[in-house]
Amino acid sequence: MASEHTAKAFDSDLQELTRLVAEMGGLVERMITESVDALIRRDVALGKRVVASDVEIDNLQRTIEERAVLTIARRQPMAIDLREIVGAMRVATDLERIGDLAKNMGKRVAALESDFQPLKLIRGLEHMTDLVLSQVKSVLDAYAAHDLPAAMNVWKGDEEVDAICTSLFRELLTYMMEDPRNISFCIHLMFCAKNIERIGDHATNIAETVFYMIEGQQMTDKRPKGDMTTFATTVPGN
Amino acid sequence: MTDLSVSTSTPSHVAHAPLPEAPPKVTARNLNFYYGEHHALKNINLTLGTNRVTAFIGPSGCGKSTLLRIFNRMYDLYPGQRAVGQLMLDQTNILDPKLDLNLLRARVGMVFQKPTPFPMTIYENIAFGIRLYEKISKSEMDDRVEKALRGGALWNEVKDKLNASGLSLSGGQQQRLCIARTVAVRPEVILFDEPCSALDPISTAKVEELIQELSEDYTIAIVTHNMQQAARVSDKTAFMYLGELIEFDDTNKIFTSPGDRRTQDYITGRFG
Repeated sequence: MASEHTAKAFDSDLQELTRLVAEMGGLVERMITESVDALIRRDVALGKRVVASDVEIDNLQRTIEERAVLTIARRQPMAIDLREIVGAMRVATDLERIGDLAKNMGKRVAALESDFQPLKLIRGLEHMTDLVLSQVKSVLDAYAAHDLPAAMNVWKGDEEVDAICTSLFRELLTYMMEDPRNISFCIHLMFCAKNIERIGDHATNIAETVFYMIEGQQMTDKRPKGDMTTFATTVPGN
Repeated sequence: MTDLSVSTSTPSHVAHAPLPEAPPKVTARNLNFYYGEHHALKNINLTLGTNRVTAFIGPSGCGKSTLLRIFNRMYDLYPGQRAVGQLMLDQTNILDPKLDLNLLRARVGMVFQKPTPFPMTIYENIAFGIRLYEKISKSEMDDRVEKALRGGALWNEVKDKLNASGLSLSGGQQQRLCIARTVAVRPEVILFDEPCSALDPISTAKVEELIQELSEDYTIAIVTHNMQQAARVSDKTAFMYLGELIEFDDTNKIFTSPGDRRTQDYITGRFG
């Protein structure tokens, strides 16, 4: 950030906001890892812990919002400061949504009863999670460091996640058609894959917020998208 | 289906929709000002758009009030002060030494920091200025006084005591009386030099509302130390520093993403 304010307390208000967002980001990253771990290892207890930890995320989001509103009321921020505060609120909202998606995956662990566990699918899910997790990490680092090029890399990197998600969808559809007993498991896994894909979308939202904070303008470019799940079908050629 | 041609290195963005250009009312070209030896304003180039509110901000001593005082040749009252360059009000050269200053000041009115009502009745405070320029009947005068007081958003508060002294009003009312007095002579441009710095928040809000209403009929320039006020009332904002015009742009742009580092430091409270 630029040089210090004449009113030093303003600087500490802003620093505290950034710190809270970083704290929230750390917790959210852990939730993503743990929810997918729980899913793969069918660890119901871990899944429950993930569900329980969402409260912490929600509380942090409320705190960030309250502090942001208070700072706006107290300091009437302008220009870069105003964008910094609006940015913190927006990032906190995205992180809260990511927390909800991870929580949703944690809930599904208990529902995965079947013994059916195709390794290829699990690997695909793991790979997708790794990608998304690194996207979330990179974008949070870019947010903290005000690093525009790094944020833009995340913004365009979401396409690969979308592509994996689409191929997972196709595979899951095939498994379901092969044996109706797989349907319950596959449906849950399908939701989880979609959740992870949406976490990636939130990472790109954060990248757009970083752009706004630094440039002072909103992005209007269409992001390159590879999510074709809307058209996923098992009939070739369609 | 996937558009890979999108360049992400320089993404496009929504710029703040720029304000449509207004026809120029006051135009300064290479305007310089001297207090004796002191070079107070350096090469000012800017245009006040017709029926636009232009705010001047900047730290104390940056020259914003000096600039405002050139617009109606207020500095002429003081020896040793001189302006060089060009300053046009429509087709009139404001700096022309042969210019009739009374006529200029009827076209370019001014409201000061502290309310300055004349020690006479409320009615006379308004009528006095009109009589200087026009000869009209009593009933016409009554009309003009009422119109001016309505224009100053003061009529409802004073209509039953027009013969009370202007000094008996509250500070906020006195300031609106001064605005009404300025409006009464039907100027084209109104200059406000920190009009709210001696007023409480409610009076300030009334004056700000008034400024917005007045902008429908007048071109307005306002000097203010209150940046929120500049952000609220103006269409254009000029940031001045050490006698120079640093940045002049749409108010929405100046207060959300200014172009110059010095502007940003000033409006975010990072100066000095």
